[in-house]
Amino acid sequence: MVSRVVVGAHYGLGGWLVQRISAVVMAVYTIAFAVAFVAAKPLDHAGWKALFSPGWMRVATLLFFVSLFLHAWVGMRDILMDYIKPTGLRLALEVAVILTLVGYAGWAFQILWRI
Amino acid sequence: MPDASLKKKRPLWYNLSPLNLPLPGLVSILHRISGAALFLLLFWLLGLFDASLASPDRFAAAKATATHPLAKLVLLGLLWAFLHHLFAGIRYLFLDVHQGVDLPAARATSVGVLATSLVLTAVLGWALLW
Repeated sequence: MVSRVVVGAHYGLGGWLVQRISAVVMAVYTIAFAVAFVAAKPLDHAGWKALFSPGWMRVATLLFFVSLFLHAWVGMRDILMDYIKPTGLRLALEVAVILTLVGYAGWAFQILWRI
Repeated sequence: MPDASLKKKRPLWYNLSPLNLPLPGLVSILHRISGAALFLLLFWLLGLFDASLASPDRFAAAKATATHPLAKLVLLGLLWAFLHHLFAGIRYLFLDVHQGVDLPAARATSVGVLATSLVLTAVLGWALLW
């Protein structure tokens, strides 16, 4: 049986940690992408496509997107908790954010594996 | 001897303008605003990314969309939002491990975040959008 105390230490630590880890993943990807972009200088569709063609680049980009969506969830949840006080409305908006982000994850996967 | 009843009658004046926030507070609220802006415009950015990789025709269409003067302005704003969010976020990671917590350091790194993101927005915006 799970008994959860909703006040005190460690409550919300999971979200806090996800926010930090996803942030580091995105920062590292951003630097790597900037280097790859400058090295390749893709100016047309063929070059741009070639940049995302290697399997590792697709996996790395998918990791970036998954991190982005997890990060966006924690951030949007924080914003909704601060500004939207009616519980029903906040729950509805939280569900809308979650569904949007899960949809985006499917979309991002589709974009990358259709190349 | 100070009169406590006089003190109570003094007018309250809270200046809540973000420009009068302490610098770390300004970095903080801009971190939140930039994050929200990036989330809200994610749909558009994913759409552009999708089109850019779909086919040469849709790449050209996405390029035409992104190079419209109004779109350039929005993209420049999003570039700033991304850079500010990134550098302010890195600053928070250092604060997490108790680096730069004292006031002079917190102020200096706030100026650093604000300035670096603005300068990089100008440089990268010029290089990528114009």
